[in-house]
Amino acid sequence: MTDWPILSLVAFLPLAGALFILLLNGTEEAVARNARWAALWTSLVVFVLSLPIWFGFDRSSAEFQFVEHHVWIPGYGIAYHVGVDGISAPFVLLSTFLTPLCIAASWHVEKRVREYMIAFLVLETFMVGTFIALDLVLFYVFFEAVLIPMFLIIGVWGGARRVYSAFKFFLYTLLGSVLMLIAMLAMYWQTETTNIVELFDYDFPRQMQMWLWLAFFASFAVKVPMWPVHTWLPDAHVEAPTAGSVILAGVLLKMGGYGMIRFSLPMFPEASDYFTPLVFALSIVAVIYTSLVALVQEDMKKLIAYSSVAHMGFVTLGLFAGNRQGVEGAMFQMIAHGVVSGALFLCVGVVYDRLHTREIKRYGGLVHRMPVYAAVFMVFTMGAVGLPGTAGFVGEILVLTGTYQASTWAAALAATGVILGAAYMLYLYRRVIFGKLVRDDLKDMLDLDWREKLIFAPLIVATLWLGIQPKPVLDMMGTTIQSVVDRYEATRGTHNHADAKAPTQAQVPVNTAPAEIAR
Amino acid sequence: MNDFLLAPLLPELILAASGLTLLMVGAFSKGDPTRNVNFLAIAALLVAALAAATQSPDRTTLMSGMFVADAFSGFAKVVIFLATAAALVLSDDYNRREGFARFEYPVLTIFAALGMSMMVSANDLISLYLGLELQSLSLYVLASIRRDSPRATEAGLKYFVLGALSSGMLLYGASLIYGFSGATNFETIAGVMTDHSGGAPIGVVFGIVFVSAALAFKVSAAPFHMWTPDVYEGAPTPVTAFFAAAPKLAAMALLVRVLVEPLGSLVGDWRQIVVFVAILSMLIGSFAAIAQTSIKRLMAYSSIGHVGYALVGLAAGDETGVRGVLVYMAIYVVMNLGAFAVILSMKRDGKMVETIGDLAGLARTRPMLAGGLGIAMFSMAGIPPLAGFFGKLYVFLAAVSAGLYLLAVIGVLASVVGAFYYLRIVKIMYFDEPVPAFDAAEGNGPAAVLAVSSVFTLLFFLLPGPLVAAATTAAASLFGG
Repeated sequence: MTDWPILSLVAFLPLAGALFILLLNGTEEAVARNARWAALWTSLVVFVLSLPIWFGFDRSSAEFQFVEHHVWIPGYGIAYHVGVDGISAPFVLLSTFLTPLCIAASWHVEKRVREYMIAFLVLETFMVGTFIALDLVLFYVFFEAVLIPMFLIIGVWGGARRVYSAFKFFLYTLLGSVLMLIAMLAMYWQTETTNIVELFDYDFPRQMQMWLWLAFFASFAVKVPMWPVHTWLPDAHVEAPTAGSVILAGVLLKMGGYGMIRFSLPMFPEASDYFTPLVFALSIVAVIYTSLVALVQEDMKKLIAYSSVAHMGFVTLGLFAGNRQGVEGAMFQMIAHGVVSGALFLCVGVVYDRLHTREIKRYGGLVHRMPVYAAVFMVFTMGAVGLPGTAGFVGEILVLTGTYQASTWAAALAATGVILGAAYMLYLYRRVIFGKLVRDDLKDMLDLDWREKLIFAPLIVATLWLGIQPKPVLDMMGTTIQSVVDRYEATRGTHNHADAKAPTQAQVPVNTAPAEIAR
Repeated sequence: MNDFLLAPLLPELILAASGLTLLMVGAFSKGDPTRNVNFLAIAALLVAALAAATQSPDRTTLMSGMFVADAFSGFAKVVIFLATAAALVLSDDYNRREGFARFEYPVLTIFAALGMSMMVSANDLISLYLGLELQSLSLYVLASIRRDSPRATEAGLKYFVLGALSSGMLLYGASLIYGFSGATNFETIAGVMTDHSGGAPIGVVFGIVFVSAALAFKVSAAPFHMWTPDVYEGAPTPVTAFFAAAPKLAAMALLVRVLVEPLGSLVGDWRQIVVFVAILSMLIGSFAAIAQTSIKRLMAYSSIGHVGYALVGLAAGDETGVRGVLVYMAIYVVMNLGAFAVILSMKRDGKMVETIGDLAGLARTRPMLAGGLGIAMFSMAGIPPLAGFFGKLYVFLAAVSAGLYLLAVIGVLASVVGAFYYLRIVKIMYFDEPVPAFDAAEGNGPAAVLAVSSVFTLLFFLLPGPLVAAATTAAASLFGG
């Protein structure tokens, strides 16, 4: 099995599909139909191909697996070097899992179907590429390349203010990334390598770490997004087509968190330690402030977008808690949020397809006409709230446990975010689903059709499975996270002895606890 | 062949001979010779490119040290000849359509290419000036070749007056350098300057300033860029396409050689000039382009910005930097020709249009054109995995290695501003409602150039090796001798 370049196949097969769609011939209708099916099949095949990453992954090793290495740019030692470890593998699977759902959810897109499907397949290549890249330049190439298809998806198939949103999305993200590029070049001259694996073992001088950390942070903080550079997200989400929002929330935001755990923590531990209070402060503001903002939104998508910012605040909090619970919780929260918020955007998409508005006031009492939809929406609402038994709970509790060890205050304040999260989600649910069905146009709404049910089924399964039995996923990341945390503690511990001791005491129950609590 | 004394001059000989022959062919043939002359000129340029490509990369000097052929000049010549040939391919249909197809056009282009070729091979202040003037005079005429168009004549005149001014500055600077070093030969100057590496005499510094200013004018770097938008806008579009490609690279190569070879030991003195010019060019290129409505003016500002980025590599002043400049300029030339291939197709109801708004909805009316221009725009904005990103990567790599962090940071920030106006083109093509479609293409020239350029830009990332390796050898040859 390892003889197959699985990762390259997963990464580049979508491109082959895109090329096929590009070459389709025939009437506009035939092309659209074939493009849809070709895209769906390609993404499904890619998903199946990515399964060996789940089943063949050695969970006891922190090393990179499925590694491929080819010289790419001779003279600089820049290589096509890919591989996955416990941190990146879940994200690869998340990407390949969400893409077919997105394509299926876009079945009724009628405008320029061919280009739409090509954009999504190309996007999948870049997303997977970002997570599997083990070379700085390769990572940067994929990381930035994502902007091109996403820009087009928002701009061409988006809503009324799509142009503004597309530009804002593109320029915000680009501004952050270019600083990271300079930092990467500086790292290259300092270490003479772009190999991420080798960079883990390099100790950058403290002063340099600070600058590098800030440059990387500029990029990842925008991507996550952290308060106060989150403002592109609500705009992008609101204007993007449904599937665009799903990918944006489900995968693109995770690139920021992934970057922090892949670069910031292991490569610049001293700087990470130094800037932890800053990250904590920004995260807590994100959790509380954006939750409050979400509470007053009139637009469903905007509300969910702000809730994303709040949830990602938990992620950054957990990451920089720097202990195993925190990091593991952050990772899990990212996966869970990828599934749940993606599903929530799909839920909004369902009613938007029928009524062409996302304004909360226009809805109400949907449960009378759409009982299945109400139930589905409920599952994901609970997932977002963090109800035990759903995916959202495991991540939140782990993050809070981890944060508590690092800073009691931060944990206490973040916990209020959980309450606010329940408030705005339940408030949204009540206004949309319950109440009296008064509006005439709502009375004709049809419940989910079989296509929509098929899309939601795997998401419901994932939400519940992650909540009830998180162990397989936690196991997958556990070893790698432990090694990251050990390394982080080792460097940090030389400066702050008390901190270094804390995690070992609370280490034991981590792997099993959440599962048991969940039951 | 190797015994042939003038072997290193072969590309120039080919061009000179074919230029003169084609002039005769044009003058004495019956009927309209333009098409044939154009075809032969393209063939001559391709042969010259082949000759330059197959030349020995060893450094050879000729004509009592006035002329040098090395890997650096070889690299530059190949790109220049190919870019010139592409510009001729672009021009053929257009010129005929617009009624100013004359056989002088390809002949002048060949002479310009010959001048550029001499520029990049100059090893002496005198031959530098001769090459530069041969190129410039050809370009002045080309800019105003459309005699009955007031706009084109204005452009030509403006270009000529300002160009003459810059030539004057160049001569003045060269004379100062000569006066303080006692030589015009680059190697001799380099020898003299090594003794001054602690700090150059004030006269030499003045000389460097004047020479750099004159060459900055030729590459249209800010603050000597004022002529660029006007000339680009006024000149016939194929001429603009030509201006923005080959001559830019030639002048840049010349600037690199002058600063690195004879004045290499004074890098501390000229680096501040280059840094200043680079920053200003990047900023002006980015900010001034935002407000443009004419696509040709926009491309002019874009070219100013790109020169700024290339200069970032030169500011590093070492081998990595020169390699960055070469890679950047080569990629820039290809992208640029692709973009102009689209601009040359912007014809509606038999008339050329050139405002950005005319591109609205191009993605639906002419998806291939829009795709090509879209690729060029994303690439110019420096978004990976397109070729333009790798150009930027190499120059910033050099800047960071030389410790020029501030320059690099300003550069990338300017590139974000620049991304805005490149994206605006994409937005107009892809997001806006279509305006009436352009007329169907009449010739295959632009389509062919666009296809080659797009494929190169899109797939460069697959195989960056050959170009980078060639640029590496070329850069090494400047520092090896």
